[in-house]
Amino acid sequence: MNSTVTATHPYIDALLKGYEAPRGGASWLNARRAHALERANALTVPTTRDEEWRFTDISPLMRVPFRRATGVARPAMAEVARFVAPEAVVRLTFVDGVFAPELSATAGLPYGVVVSPLVAALDTHAAVIEPQLARHAGFEREVFAALNTAHLRDGAFVWIARNQKCPTPVQLLYLSTQNEAAAYPRCLAIVEAGAECTLIEDYAGLGENVYFTDAVTEIAVGEGARVRHVRVQREAGGAFHIGHCAVVVAKDAHYVSHAIALGARISRHNLQVVQQGEGVEVRMDGLALISGRQLADTHTLMDHARPNGTSKQLHKCIAGGAAHAVFNGRIVVRPGSQLTDSSQQSRNLLLSDKAHVDTKPQLEIFADDVKCSHGATVGQLDAEQLFYLRSRGLPEGKARNLLTYAFGAEVIDRIPVPSLVEQLEKTVLAQTQSLPLGKGEGVRA
Amino acid sequence: MIRAGARILLEVKGLRAKVAGVEILKGIDLTVRAGEVHAVMGPNGSGKSTFAKALAGHPAYAISGGTAAYDGSDLFALAPEQRARAGLFLGFQYPVEIPGVSNSAFLRLAYNTVQAERGKDELDPLEFDDYLREKMKLLDIDASFLDRAVNDGFSGGEKKRNEILQMALLEPRLAILDETDSGLDIDALRVVASGINHLITPDNAVVLVTHYQRMLNYIVPDFVHVMEGGRIVKTGGKALAEELEARGYDWVRAAA
Repeated sequence: MNSTVTATHPYIDALLKGYEAPRGGASWLNARRAHALERANALTVPTTRDEEWRFTDISPLMRVPFRRATGVARPAMAEVARFVAPEAVVRLTFVDGVFAPELSATAGLPYGVVVSPLVAALDTHAAVIEPQLARHAGFEREVFAALNTAHLRDGAFVWIARNQKCPTPVQLLYLSTQNEAAAYPRCLAIVEAGAECTLIEDYAGLGENVYFTDAVTEIAVGEGARVRHVRVQREAGGAFHIGHCAVVVAKDAHYVSHAIALGARISRHNLQVVQQGEGVEVRMDGLALISGRQLADTHTLMDHARPNGTSKQLHKCIAGGAAHAVFNGRIVVRPGSQLTDSSQQSRNLLLSDKAHVDTKPQLEIFADDVKCSHGATVGQLDAEQLFYLRSRGLPEGKARNLLTYAFGAEVIDRIPVPSLVEQLEKTVLAQTQSLPLGKGEGVRA
Repeated sequence: MIRAGARILLEVKGLRAKVAGVEILKGIDLTVRAGEVHAVMGPNGSGKSTFAKALAGHPAYAISGGTAAYDGSDLFALAPEQRARAGLFLGFQYPVEIPGVSNSAFLRLAYNTVQAERGKDELDPLEFDDYLREKMKLLDIDASFLDRAVNDGFSGGEKKRNEILQMALLEPRLAILDETDSGLDIDALRVVASGINHLITPDNAVVLVTHYQRMLNYIVPDFVHVMEGGRIVKTGGKALAEELEARGYDWVRAAA
């Protein structure tokens, strides 16, 4: 059956062109996809008139007639190797949204740990998946989450059974290889009570194509479980990336997010964490490093829906050239969520006169016995630090690079995967070293 | 050590400098020869620190008059990093904290930058580590120092030791130490002063900028200059510092 409904928005209509309803499959899943399709058809592409998209103009996305990626030759392992984190013995690779078994490694998983394509898991773990899939990443009002869900066919499935510990990080690698193609990566991770897992999601492009990644990830963190989630967005320079990540955290569980945005012409990351039980600890680290005409938007929501929760957030942006960084950090403390302890820091570094940042803390507090702090700074490199380094012989350019790097290193160094830390440090160094020198290169004192 | 024929490292004539449009230095003359130790003393606000920073090339200090020759060439034609690579070192009164940059990486970077300028081989991290640890012994510095970020969370005394450690690594020809004694307790002062004494050779020179005489008990100056209102108003030997300590700066002011 082809889509016969006409979307209210021609662009959404184009993206849904060629949409094929899945044949067979579980009826509950088909119903969710159909509902998402209905929503995708009803919703419009957001504009800067929408409060949630005020600072992010995605109209350039609409100038490219993206089609769904078609099966073509797969990249060789040699092309992919540079993205592989050696610590992650388990890896699922998706090429243009399609699972690539030859680029994946799933052997040697202990009992109680499942890392597999979603399609296969639907046969074996439907009872675990059904209550969670497309249940957390809301698509009623989010057109891109709706599009992803409507297109949901395959994806990554990670399941850590009760009290099991996944011994190595799990890497999910989403690669894009086609020009003017749209891919819809999807991930569902279920970490049951008392279990532990480090999850790496990595979005990258092979070749300088213009493509669209519309990603959705859902993570359910069970009671007392611990999840460390690393998200690296290093798409090609001309790409568009819109990602939704919805996390639900049960009683006494820990969730730590490290989200790094380096690539794409325009990117948007929505991270939504809901505290579903008492005693939860959440940490959200973010770093956007952009230059040229890039735009990187991060919208986060920490929803303290239960008492006794702790959340710590550090979001940093480094913007050079005419780049534009956006951060909106929403923290909600629901009525009755007493003893919430929440802090949010937004730190922004502008490396040129044309770079630009919009940062907006958004605190909605409906309980009285809570501790909530937030702060935001926007600035340039510190003149005293710069002089100190120069007075030790470092040329101004090198000193600027080092300080820029150090600003980002605070976030990168906390990533629990050493090879990724090293890789990202190199990327940041390379990117900062290519920055033009700032003003004040004058020689006279 | 005063030697009449020694090479002139620094020759400042009629130096004037402004900060935010206000003239702070109003005509300074100073000649420093190799092997000499100079103390620049003076009350708060007399322009001592401004003098030190202007020589090092701090961008906030605009040179509005006069000249400074460093080893025969125009100091003010050099960018701060070029001055450092030519062997001029400023020990900061308030060493700057740089979170995110490890102290060991910073020290190695600074060392190798200056080494490269001198046409010497750079040291790899292991070689540098050996060299560094040797210098650290001189200043009684703990190994944990290296893993921390540059001056980040350091106590006042640790910051000053880190400055002198940098001086020991970079082996400057002219070290200007701005209030290195402030914030040091008596034991730390002794360690730091002995470290500085170790570094003084007949080929280099030290200018100690200080408010108090106490550091001069450990590092004996050949010349003592007293600054007041942006000028050097009196110059003498070690005895001048003692006299200042006994009679206070008002005495110089009255005499000037």
